[in-house]
Amino acid sequence: MSTVERMTPDVAGAAGDNAAATRAAVLPAGVPRRRRRRTSALQPRKSVAFTIMMSIFVIYSLVPLVWLVINATKTQSGLFSSFGLWFDDEFVLFQNIWETLTYRDGIFVRWLGNTLLYVVLGAGGATLLATLAGYGLAKFRFAGRRAVFAVVLGAIAVPGTALAVPTFLMFSQLGLTNTPWAIIVPSLISPFGLYLIWVYAVDSVPTEILEAARMDGAGEFRTFFTISIRLLTPGIVTVLLFTVVATWNNYFLPLIMLSDPTWYPLTVGLNQWSAQASGVGAQPIYNLVITGSLLTIIPIVVAFLGLQRFWQSGLSAGSVKQ
Amino acid sequence: MTATSATAPPGGATAPEARPIRSRARSEWKGLAFVAPFLVVFVLVFIAPVAYSIYLSLFREQLIGGNAFVGFENYLALFADPQFWEGFGRVSLFLVVQVPIMLALALVAALAIDSARLHASGFFRIVIFLPYAVPAVVAVLMWGFIYGDNFGLAANINDWLGSVVVTPFAREWILVSIGNIVTWEFVGYNMLIFYSALRVIPTDLYEAAELDGAGPMRVVTGIKLPALRGAIVIATIFSIIGSFQLFNEPNILRTLAPNIITTYFTPNMYAYNLSFAGQQYNASATVAIVMGVITAVIAYVVQLRGSRKEER
Repeated sequence: MSTVERMTPDVAGAAGDNAAATRAAVLPAGVPRRRRRRTSALQPRKSVAFTIMMSIFVIYSLVPLVWLVINATKTQSGLFSSFGLWFDDEFVLFQNIWETLTYRDGIFVRWLGNTLLYVVLGAGGATLLATLAGYGLAKFRFAGRRAVFAVVLGAIAVPGTALAVPTFLMFSQLGLTNTPWAIIVPSLISPFGLYLIWVYAVDSVPTEILEAARMDGAGEFRTFFTISIRLLTPGIVTVLLFTVVATWNNYFLPLIMLSDPTWYPLTVGLNQWSAQASGVGAQPIYNLVITGSLLTIIPIVVAFLGLQRFWQSGLSAGSVKQ
Repeated sequence: MTATSATAPPGGATAPEARPIRSRARSEWKGLAFVAPFLVVFVLVFIAPVAYSIYLSLFREQLIGGNAFVGFENYLALFADPQFWEGFGRVSLFLVVQVPIMLALALVAALAIDSARLHASGFFRIVIFLPYAVPAVVAVLMWGFIYGDNFGLAANINDWLGSVVVTPFAREWILVSIGNIVTWEFVGYNMLIFYSALRVIPTDLYEAAELDGAGPMRVVTGIKLPALRGAIVIATIFSIIGSFQLFNEPNILRTLAPNIITTYFTPNMYAYNLSFAGQQYNASATVAIVMGVITAVIAYVVQLRGSRKEER
């Protein structure tokens, strides 16, 4: 019943679905890698037709991002007078960035700081809790372990922000809304993170090492922080990456929890600018919305691409060691 | 462990079975100490809100007498509410059309990348997955501007054609426009789920198939698609949940097309607006619970059908 009920409100699967993506992204490496799978006869020739077909996918994936980059270089009037997928005569990217950062006493920078706060405490805390719990479930046996496992598996199917409206209703009773805690506390739970660490810990932390440490008289927490955490690092980085993406991109939860713009994260702030640009008696700040959007995705895309290489190699190294 | 099959990861990896430490009395409380912080927060942000919503859905704020227990009256009122059903019908239509298209595209992409017939397959994998890292707000703003008739590509195309042909914000196209944004955001994510399942197929199967003289298509239908069944069930369940919970995309587009996208465009938007515009918390909680139950039932049926085929 509880599992059933938890699949409640919110969001188009957006950020919440991270769980599955994490799992998807991680398993190929977490599971012992298929070695060179095709022998000579099984190694087909490269196909130009396939490559062209997939290039269409790539164009589809990139067009909006290219559009964003190009249009961040235009003036307000240039946006209207020039073709969308090419540059205007005037190149004002740096002016746009400056204007975005200083608009209304630098509220954008404040939002960036808020986002970082939510990411560091929310994603960091989520990773820590998931690591401790996943490790505890993998390496210890205690009453109710199976029950915890079943409940967490059920929770994986729920988008991370699925409970936003009920959580808001409850938090407003507790007087927690409109504070950073309203964003951070719900971000602390990553059921998939726990699952991943559990799967990972079973194989990557040998029970023999733990027993040896125990013989030497080391406490369980000391053993965890000195030995196990090092063995778990690739799994932890993966969980961290996906919880960072989830909290950086979080929109629905802060939208309903916060009414004071000084606590907004970037996502909610940008949408407020967009509403301001297109509403009645609008102030046309489209160039700021576009440049702000670009500035918002750069850190997360860089982190994603940069870290992806790291954890992919980390994971395959981990699986080779076994 | 029976519940495992529901959410078994792609590739059919089963739930981990620990080799637990032997000295039980000793590890009993230590294991719990590791798990306890997670459980405390989990109860606070997962279990408690659900319980509170159920409570709210059974009460109503009344002019006389204040907060009173009304049994299932909120539910009956909701079932008689045409605005709820309109939103529900819309997300159902969205589900039936958008999800198969998105999953088919994701499947084709995954098979192509796994086929080893692509140049630079790693590049394709990363780029197609990239939109997933883009915040929904930015994705919708980008597409919203591109759709726009002010300075979007739609405007450019219309200028070029000399007449207004492309109208993404028109009433009859808005759901397609939203479907395109959702597809853009999640096709790579589903592709990765499928691709991961393909990566764990044992090499021996391909070698055996080759010895039996099976062609590439036969390998796809005989080995790859059956191996993908679990992943397809998972992706379908996540997409069903995503469709029924549709909120971000229409809600953000609303600033650009306020007359087309109503406050009850999807059930989730309805719940949101009941809470935040109407202060009708009890009705809002009722919508949340009803949608949760419907989603869970459908996800359960999909999973049952998926696993039944597997047993055959």
